[in-house]
Amino acid sequence: MLYIVDRRKNPTGKSLGNRQRFMRRAKAQIKKAVENTIRSRGITDISSGDQITIPGKTLKEPGFHHQGRGGNRNYVLPGNKKFVQGDRIARPQGGEGGSGGSQASPDGEGEDEFQFTLTRDEFLDIFFEDLELPDLLKKSLKQTTAFRTARAGFSVEGTPSNLSLVRTMRNSLARRIGLRRPKTAEVRELEEKIAALQAKAEKRPNGKLTKADDETLHTLLADLEEAKRRMKAIPFIDPIDTRYNQFQQIPDPNTQAVMFCLMDVSGSMSEQMKELAKRFFMLLHLFLHRKYEHVEVVFIRHTSRAAEVDEETFFYSRETGGTIVSTALEEMKKVLVDRYPTDQWNIYAAQASDGDNYSNDGAKCTALLAEDLLPKCQYYAYIEITDEREAEIFAAAEGETALWKAYAPIARVNPQFALKRVTKAADIFPVFRELFAKNRAEAGQ
Amino acid sequence: MSSKTKSADKLLFTSADWDFETLKATYDAIEDIAINELKLDVYPNQVEVITSEQMLDAYSSIGMPLMYHHWSFGKRFVRDDVMYRKGYQGLAYEIVINSNPCISYVMEENTIVMQALVIAHAAFGHNHFFKNNYLFKQWTDADGILDYLQFAKGYIAKCEDRYGFDAVERILDAAHALMDQGVNRYSRPEKPNLAAELERERERAKYEDETYNDLWRTLPQSDPGDQDMDELKRKMRVEERRAQFGLPEENLLYFLEKNAPSLQAWEREILRIVRNIGQYFYPQKQTKMMNEGCACYVHYAIMNSLYDKGLISEGAMMEFIDYHSRVVFQAEYDDQRYSGFNPYALGFAMMQDIHRICVDPTEEDHKWFPDIAGNNEPVETLKEAWAHYRDESFILQFLSPKVMRDMRMFMIIDHSTTPHLEVAAIHDDNGYRKVRRSLARMHDISVREPDMQVVDVDIRGNRQLYIQHTEHDGIRLEKSEAEMTLGYIGQLWGYGVTLQAVDYESGEILHEMNYQPEDLAGN
Repeated sequence: MLYIVDRRKNPTGKSLGNRQRFMRRAKAQIKKAVENTIRSRGITDISSGDQITIPGKTLKEPGFHHQGRGGNRNYVLPGNKKFVQGDRIARPQGGEGGSGGSQASPDGEGEDEFQFTLTRDEFLDIFFEDLELPDLLKKSLKQTTAFRTARAGFSVEGTPSNLSLVRTMRNSLARRIGLRRPKTAEVRELEEKIAALQAKAEKRPNGKLTKADDETLHTLLADLEEAKRRMKAIPFIDPIDTRYNQFQQIPDPNTQAVMFCLMDVSGSMSEQMKELAKRFFMLLHLFLHRKYEHVEVVFIRHTSRAAEVDEETFFYSRETGGTIVSTALEEMKKVLVDRYPTDQWNIYAAQASDGDNYSNDGAKCTALLAEDLLPKCQYYAYIEITDEREAEIFAAAEGETALWKAYAPIARVNPQFALKRVTKAADIFPVFRELFAKNRAEAGQ
Repeated sequence: MSSKTKSADKLLFTSADWDFETLKATYDAIEDIAINELKLDVYPNQVEVITSEQMLDAYSSIGMPLMYHHWSFGKRFVRDDVMYRKGYQGLAYEIVINSNPCISYVMEENTIVMQALVIAHAAFGHNHFFKNNYLFKQWTDADGILDYLQFAKGYIAKCEDRYGFDAVERILDAAHALMDQGVNRYSRPEKPNLAAELERERERAKYEDETYNDLWRTLPQSDPGDQDMDELKRKMRVEERRAQFGLPEENLLYFLEKNAPSLQAWEREILRIVRNIGQYFYPQKQTKMMNEGCACYVHYAIMNSLYDKGLISEGAMMEFIDYHSRVVFQAEYDDQRYSGFNPYALGFAMMQDIHRICVDPTEEDHKWFPDIAGNNEPVETLKEAWAHYRDESFILQFLSPKVMRDMRMFMIIDHSTTPHLEVAAIHDDNGYRKVRRSLARMHDISVREPDMQVVDVDIRGNRQLYIQHTEHDGIRLEKSEAEMTLGYIGQLWGYGVTLQAVDYESGEILHEMNYQPEDLAGN
């Protein structure tokens, strides 16, 4: 008695429930691992899954087991080569050989680290977690590419609604000419001639045509018959003439964007503040990457001088000095002019700072922004990162930093300029909400 | 020429690929040999074809097709997934379930030779063993297991809905930690699984629950006479108490299920589920080597018979021998690959050896195995052994000097007090019996697993639960794990727990470990 059951078509991923429970269980560790990964990852490669390693401790499944060594044991081993009864062997170091078999768990417990791969979705979920993004936005950020329907030539197959009249008729015409299908006008001409001759015959007394005319009539009649036969045999439109418009799904965001990251790296910016800024830059990059096919990132850091640097230097090398924000803006202006003409590039900028600025620099910054930079930018976000304690003081005293004071008036007249104070990761999202709200409004117009 | 075509016609398959027709034809040929030549007694077979991903799935849920959800299965899945993808570890070729009908899973990417091997190995070898070995007959219920797992899965999902993931996970974690101690080793076998039995059990549990609650409620606040009570009276009360709770109890999960004062009915039911599943696997743990040996013997006999009949080609036979020799490979103790005795290798060697003793005995065999040597009934003899032994007793009874010599077994004595190991016996006349006894002990689950018992409950005081670990030969418990597990017991029990290690010989308490629930510790 035999049943063979083909289970290959059964839904896979039966373990998904277990995987989710596992992720829940190890959440704290996974989160930490992801945060480490974010720290070590470049802004631009945020959006792929990753292999992470978490400590195996909280994933331990304990039980009552014997220790691997100690006590009085005896056991049997295979493969004796030279021992005889009574031989003494030095106790081997490490776990080689005789553990009496008791602790040999099939699980290979005792492993200290646990490595596995997160899917891209899982990774992003954890990345988004304390940014408090709404679900809809998360979903749209996770989506890799949007598609657009575009024409892609013609095909011989398709639905009638996609029939390409011009192409079809052109083929039809060529075929009709090629096969010498008589034109309707020619047939009509023949018929008219015949009718004229017949009328001529009726006018004559004997009702007959002259011999010459009679011959002409016969030829004409024969021609007409032949023409009609051909017309019938060669259809006006044949199935081989038909052509249909063809469409193709192509990725939509095929424009390019450049993203400027500006950051104050003077001593007053702590590592934690930079970490927050990095989160913001990452999110902005993710957003741009979804919208544009090609995104370039330019890092400009500044103290009292500004320079374009690579990502590593941007986030991790320290510099001392005062703080002159306008130098960074100057640098950005220079890079913009040199490399990113506005007719080819969508320009986004994000500036992170703790708000300090050299006291006489405010006016210069305002001017640079309002006249040179903002008109070229799609969006310019300024996030001011403050200590949580400081933030309370500011909230109480209505205190404003030098840079905030300078920027606030421009923000009122420039809708693409966003200004936000951030003290923790959850504050980052509101800046984005504004960005999205703006885009929605534009789309509605 | 004509005979050549004839023999080619007889072949069950000629290419490596398989389809359902060849699979069926191959199965029929194998069945013919298994039933009519080997005279095996099997449950009806159900062969299920699955993909490698499904194999990973099944694997991570302890090989069961229907398993409740738990993070530990997810952990196993992600680990096996990584190992498999990186190529560190292949997948099992088959999984077989002790159920009626007997379900064997085969992977779609196996070649037809592999499928034939798997069918012979699992669908007939393991199947026969499941149906006939006394441990399986006594402890498991092949008819009911799938229904029971279905019930368990549904029940736990329902509990998750009703009481939340965390509450269920808490109970399952604790229960899993005690799974090995959730088995009745010696007392009456209890066949779990049947729905009706379950129903009855649940009612009983409920009733006991209520009576125990009464008991806890009517606890006297304190007994001033306690101090003055004389020794005899106190002893009497200890005896009473033990009788009342059925102590000592080796099945920790059972004890907690029945007696833990503050567990909810559903929590008790979950403990019961884990206990029943543990019980179901208990025979497999005790017969791993025999079970694999039986299956290897059967597949080896069947594949050879197929070849002798001209049903499979030489090429197929070569492929089979390649797989087979990899499966029954035994690394030597000083080999990097050595990780204990390979149950397939030892089992197969012993089964083949018994076969040899039956049909072609030597002088030595006549001396060692007068009952079976030369009886010329190898399969009957083996079937007898498969039915009535477990690994430990099987080795004690049937391990022959020849196998010990072939595998060059030697016995080591390892006393932690001496700086060196001693070779106590080797494969020679002086050593055979010693080696055999030692190897049998290694396969004795009651030696391998710690001896744990609930011994007392402080019913008049703070409800402290006393658990005893009887230390044999000074072998201790893994400390950090024991502490964590003790915490789980405390969680289920709801009050303090003490773990005492008692020396088996002297009976003295060697050391103690304590757990106090946090809310009590504060008071």
